[in-house]
Amino acid sequence: MVKHLFRLDVLFVLLIVLSIASMFVGVSAISITDIFSLSEYQQNILFSSRFPRTMAIIIAGAALAVCGLVMQQLTRNKFVSPTTAGTTEWAQLGILLGMIFFPAISIFGRLGFATVLAVLGTLLFMRIITSIKFKDVIFVPLIGLMLGSVVASVTTFIAIRENALQAISGWMHGNFAMMTTGRYEIMYITIPMFIIVMLFASRFTVAGMGEDFSKNLGLNYKFVLNTGLFLTAALTAVIVVSVGLLPFLGLIVPNIVSIFRGDHLKNTILITALVGAIFVMICDIIGRIIIYPYEVSVGLVIATVGSGIFLILIFKRAKHDR
Amino acid sequence: MINVKGITKYFGKKPVVDDVSISIGKGRITSIIGPNGAGKSTVLSMVTRLLSNDSGEVLVEGENILTQPSDALAKKISILKQSNHLQLKITVRQLIAFGRYPYSKGRLTEEDERVIDETIQYMELEEYEHSYINELSGGQRQRAYIGMTIAQDTEYIFLDEPLNNLDMKHSVQIMQILRRLVRERDKTIIIVIHDINFASCYSDDIVALKHGKVAISGTKDQVIKKEVLEEIYEMDMNIEVIGGQQICVYFDEKCTTANELSALQKVKVAQ
Amino acid sequence: MTDKRRNRLLIILTVAAIGLIAFYMLYQLNPDILFYQLPSRTKRVVAIVIVAVAIAVSTVIFQTIVNNRILTPSIMGLDSVYMFIQTSIIFFAGATSTLLLDNRINYFVSVILLVIFTVLVFKYLFKFTGNNVFLLLLIGIILGTFFGNLASFMQLLIDPQDFMVLQSRMFGSFSSVNEQLLLFTSIIIIILLIIVFKDFGSLDVLALGREHAVNLGVNYDRKVSQLLIIIAILVSISTALVGPIMFLGLLVVNIAHEIFETFRHRYMIIGTMLFSTIALLLGQMVVQFVFNNNIELSIIINLVGGLYFIYLVLKRSQK
Repeated sequence: MVKHLFRLDVLFVLLIVLSIASMFVGVSAISITDIFSLSEYQQNILFSSRFPRTMAIIIAGAALAVCGLVMQQLTRNKFVSPTTAGTTEWAQLGILLGMIFFPAISIFGRLGFATVLAVLGTLLFMRIITSIKFKDVIFVPLIGLMLGSVVASVTTFIAIRENALQAISGWMHGNFAMMTTGRYEIMYITIPMFIIVMLFASRFTVAGMGEDFSKNLGLNYKFVLNTGLFLTAALTAVIVVSVGLLPFLGLIVPNIVSIFRGDHLKNTILITALVGAIFVMICDIIGRIIIYPYEVSVGLVIATVGSGIFLILIFKRAKHDR
Repeated sequence: MINVKGITKYFGKKPVVDDVSISIGKGRITSIIGPNGAGKSTVLSMVTRLLSNDSGEVLVEGENILTQPSDALAKKISILKQSNHLQLKITVRQLIAFGRYPYSKGRLTEEDERVIDETIQYMELEEYEHSYINELSGGQRQRAYIGMTIAQDTEYIFLDEPLNNLDMKHSVQIMQILRRLVRERDKTIIIVIHDINFASCYSDDIVALKHGKVAISGTKDQVIKKEVLEEIYEMDMNIEVIGGQQICVYFDEKCTTANELSALQKVKVAQ
Repeated sequence: MTDKRRNRLLIILTVAAIGLIAFYMLYQLNPDILFYQLPSRTKRVVAIVIVAVAIAVSTVIFQTIVNNRILTPSIMGLDSVYMFIQTSIIFFAGATSTLLLDNRINYFVSVILLVIFTVLVFKYLFKFTGNNVFLLLLIGIILGTFFGNLASFMQLLIDPQDFMVLQSRMFGSFSSVNEQLLLFTSIIIIILLIIVFKDFGSLDVLALGREHAVNLGVNYDRKVSQLLIIIAILVSISTALVGPIMFLGLLVVNIAHEIFETFRHRYMIIGTMLFSTIALLLGQMVVQFVFNNNIELSIIINLVGGLYFIYLVLKRSQK
């Protein structure tokens, strides 16, 4: 039953329907029946706020879900994602450093800093987990989570010294409310990256099998691995800079998709992207209506729903393993 | 005397050990053999209370192992499993001293120290007494672990694949120690072992498992037979008598002469 | 290293800890406000020692049970659960509830709920996850995140004025601790320490792993349950007193391992307790005398401990 939902066409239609719904949910009432008789004010809201918001949601959801998928393929570990590898925390630290060194830094500058640190941090994580002998499936994300909180505490420390605590706590919970024209366009950077990920998909799967295995198949292991890490870290950085933290997304979406559609990256990558976008869209709509006319940040909704789903996934797995 | 009555273990819905009953005689070496996945280690774990059984019971001297306190049982039976990768900074002497824990609960008496000294001598580990175990070679480390179970001074000693990862010299050394323990100290030893020729040369009794069930259980001579082993391992086999010992030849059905056999064994060593 | 040297080292550490305490008590003492300064500093020292001991002992025992030197019980996200408890009290009982306003009642309720949470996670999940401690920890962390988010949710819904009351509860610190609570907590800690100290032997055996421990006659499941409850109480107490100091345990236990070069708990537990006290005291002095209380102690400790953690993981991965 549920399995039939995870088809490209079904998901695509679902996303369209939800996107339309998203365009018409908000404080200023715009009804879908008004569509042909919009006042100037309504047009303005629709095109400068609702449309950018909907696009941002789709991009962020798809990008983070795909990031998680690629990281899981590269590490051969279902529990690795930007959240559990510390990538998001590194990106945050990058933004903070950018703001300290260049107070008037543009959003692209911030993105640059965030990307550099996110890439370095992810490489560090990879280096640690590829060289530890003891490779328990769960031990790897535990290391990542602890690494992430070390970085977070460094960030907090610097932020307090520089009186920037308020600024960084702005990114603690992702939020699409500020995604208006002129602020969300940076997210389109993810589209070329996404295309490269698609092109590399099957190579990531091979690289995940390990260095020796890849070499045996004539694959340039280091190059593919580094490309994968760079892309995931950069994608994560873009989302953290523009939207903020959307925890667990990269963890649960690929896991759910893999339950229904298996693990072959080529088959699942588009589906994962769509499910990610749909998931974020639903959470954002929930956030907009739950304490209407106020908004709950989508990061909070995702974290609550996401941690719940993740727990269910772990329990199922544990039951299955026994 | 240890009596195992109909123990069964399920992993999921599949029984890995299915209604196994054996009795183990005192003062003998009993080997448990069988193909991969026959349930040898699982049986050993259940008999020594490391693993709970889903049905059946294990009696040591007529007493159920699950109804007696664990610390009392630790003075009657000892078990050494094959996975021994400790990351502790622990010396050979300290490891062997752990064998005295059931008696002194960590506060070593003079009697304990004497037993520890004796065990170190017995296992020929005097030289490495104060070395850390992760600095030792595989054979030395295995002797240190066996030393711990010997210091535990139990009537029954269970060993799970004690020859794993050891070369021939060290394997023989370990098996000789076990024989000596039976001869000089009247211990009862039960080992899970892969190599049927080690089982044939060093044990008194053999229990063969297949698909979680007892295929045959008896003295060495009853089990080390061409038809019996062929049935268990599902491959062709020949038994040759060399130096009074029954040796199973299973490399290739053509190689049956003693000359070819010794040539083959050389190849095996070289590998 | 011989036992004789280890004993001597323990004595040196004890002297160092006492010296630091004396220095902290007397540094820049102002005769005019002596009556205020001395009791306030005494309270703080007692609180520091309690937290240091609780974190040290719980971490050593925890690492023995899980046979791993990088994990600590404090990554379980108890701080989020603590926040959840405080927020729930305001949310359901209101800001004027005695549950919130009476420090002692609030503390007891918090500690008891935290212990219940931890014991449930440990005991129920220990069975459920088939002794897979890593899985258990991951579930603990995610549960922590889940409760933390629920708390944030509720905080959005409560009255802004109630939120101000809540905010004062969010950051525990050594300065705001009540004397009666300290006395009571000290008694609990001492009782737990006696239980632990009486049985170093079985802890040593547990360090060998489950199979060896069962072989040597330790009632493994019962012993581990008992120890997990002790860990839960210790961690809960320290969290309710000063909030989470995640990397302290990791830092001090590993230093103790490096220096004492032994697995034996007699040295490891006492040594770690002393290192932990010294580290917290030094941290507190830095906070108080260098940063003039402008920074949280936990941030400094987490910074130092966290960097040490990265060093440790890298060093281990190079071997």
